[in-house]
Amino acid sequence: MIKTPQTQQETAMPTITEKVTQSLKKRHQKERRFKRIGLFAVLFGFMLVIVLITDITSKALPAFHQHWVKLEIDYNNAWLNVSSTADESLNKANYRKVLKKSVYEMFSSSDKKLNRKAKRQLFKLFSTNAEFTVKDTLIANPEYFNKKTAVWVRLDDDVDSYLKEDFAVGDAGLRISKQQALWLEKLSSEQRIERRFNFSFFTASDSREPELAGIKGALMGTLLTMFVTLLLSFPLGVAGALYLEEFAPKNKLTDLIEININNLAAVPSIVFGLLGLAVIINVFGLPRSAPLVGGIVLTLMTLPTIIIASRAAIKAVPPSLREAALGLGASKMQVTFSHVLPQAMPGIITGAIIGVAQALGETAPLLMIGMVAFIVDVPSSIVDSATVLPVQIFLWADSPERAFLAKTSAAILVLLALLLVINVSATVLRSKFEKK
Amino acid sequence: MNNLNIEQLKLTETVGNIYADDAKMSIRNANVYYGDKQAIHDVSLDFAKNQVTALIGPSGCGKSTFLRCLNRMNDTIDICRVTGQLMLDDEDIYAKDLDPVLLRARVGMVFQKPNPFPKSIYDNVAYGARIHGLTNNKAELDEIVETSLQKAGLFNEVKDRLKDPGTGLSGGQQQRLCIARTIAVSPEVILMDEPASALDPIATAIIEELIDELKEKYTIAIVTHSMQQAARVSQHTAYFHMGQLVEMGKTEDIFTRPSHKLTENYITGRFG
Repeated sequence: MIKTPQTQQETAMPTITEKVTQSLKKRHQKERRFKRIGLFAVLFGFMLVIVLITDITSKALPAFHQHWVKLEIDYNNAWLNVSSTADESLNKANYRKVLKKSVYEMFSSSDKKLNRKAKRQLFKLFSTNAEFTVKDTLIANPEYFNKKTAVWVRLDDDVDSYLKEDFAVGDAGLRISKQQALWLEKLSSEQRIERRFNFSFFTASDSREPELAGIKGALMGTLLTMFVTLLLSFPLGVAGALYLEEFAPKNKLTDLIEININNLAAVPSIVFGLLGLAVIINVFGLPRSAPLVGGIVLTLMTLPTIIIASRAAIKAVPPSLREAALGLGASKMQVTFSHVLPQAMPGIITGAIIGVAQALGETAPLLMIGMVAFIVDVPSSIVDSATVLPVQIFLWADSPERAFLAKTSAAILVLLALLLVINVSATVLRSKFEKK
Repeated sequence: MNNLNIEQLKLTETVGNIYADDAKMSIRNANVYYGDKQAIHDVSLDFAKNQVTALIGPSGCGKSTFLRCLNRMNDTIDICRVTGQLMLDDEDIYAKDLDPVLLRARVGMVFQKPNPFPKSIYDNVAYGARIHGLTNNKAELDEIVETSLQKAGLFNEVKDRLKDPGTGLSGGQQQRLCIARTIAVSPEVILMDEPASALDPIATAIIEELIDELKEKYTIAIVTHSMQQAARVSQHTAYFHMGQLVEMGKTEDIFTRPSHKLTENYITGRFG
């Protein structure tokens, strides 16, 4: 503290220290207020993410399990309508009849025969796929021919939903009759119903039957599309950015190009889809619904993002580094590729990831090029028909079957997981470049 | 005391002796323009072979600009234009058929702020030799790296950690690394743009000693803000003022009996 003699003048006027102390209080207050607002903003955002993830996860969980039932199948050769276990005859045999007869046998007793309606209801308990499970079992084990054996088959999606979600018979939305419920009770009391992890969700492609529908087709479609997108947009984007920053003369033309690139980043994505349809499919004749075309269209969309981010990263490379290399007699090309590019790489990767993440969630441009389609086969190359995860989510969300509700959420989870994987690998790559 | 009217002192001629008996580089009537603005006015001088020539003058007098013309570093600035005759030995360094890449291999440069590459110490020194393809095998490259580091007086300090990043060294060591990097290409001339201005006095002393040793093999041009440094390391001194070469001569003459009023003011005004 500065001690000053108390003169007339000084008592009238506050000292510097007093003035500062006064304003200091206000300044600290402002600081605290701003900190609180910032903290609130962060917490609010975090909370929303938590709510979103919990909601989706809780809704998605049922999709990862499904119920199977153990049936006593009688591979009677009369029902199969074949006489030997030769391959071609087993392929042609009537398994539908085997399944039906075996099931009816299990549920009818000598005193009570099933009527037609009951038979139909009973058969509806099982997935349409059950017939093929029965077939596959016999083909894998020909020794069951003409014998009775236990086979596990999937239950129908309506039954599956009933077992998963505490419904009472008669509830709205439940698609099970009282009789069916009684049968299920009987099956479960005989320990014939089992809850299993739903592997087919990851190994199967889309299907009309919710209990059979899986994500693999869309996931492969997404991976192939992203592969094409990254393969095209990354080198093109980096080359464009390097040229504009390091080589291009600064004149009206390059200014115009820069403005256009910035504008391109703001163009609604459906416009790129229209362009893809009009030019890439109709003029160049590339196949419809293919990841190749999807990748090209998404490249158009991500390219401006990558160029803008890369240019910013290249600009941020200290000029002293360029001078050092130039001063040693490095050519412009050598300066660019051995000094500027490695230094700018972390920033460029960040830009590329933002671009690809954007493309990952894009549906609109793919709408125009036919990637919104019901595709049952898993695509194996970039020219096969395919769909992508966001489109799959959209398609499932649109389906009336109750079981697709869980599938939709599960597909969203898969999409989020993919995004997470991409982001984590980008961070790893970044830190690798930054260490150098 | 420096209330001199500069307009009155506007000069037309350089005083002192701009000529050297054995000139490595000779500059005649050099003018440099940034767009419409002229940064260097009609400068003529010689750089004596195997000697140190110091360029001094107040900030913004154009001495760095002038230095950067000597290996065409100003080429990277679009609006920069150089006229006049700038000769290295008997070659015009601004000739159309002369590749600046080759020129910069012959005229190396050390910058104001140490700017090692974000690579290992070894790779920093080896970089120039690698891009120019000076060596045929690893052993020759090792040899170049070692001798360059030795000449720069850094080898003993870093010989056990050649694989460590060059950016992890201290400021003075970084600057010596940059000098080693420049030497590795075996240039004929080394340009130094205030090489010690970002360093502490001890590191500065080491660099100055080094410059003194280096002049045995190289012709050196050094821009400096420090009078004492110019006096200590150089044999010739050129005083720049507002883009013009005011006075040039032997260093002891410039510092003991400057002939031009501006030179005298600068020398005495700062360090009277």
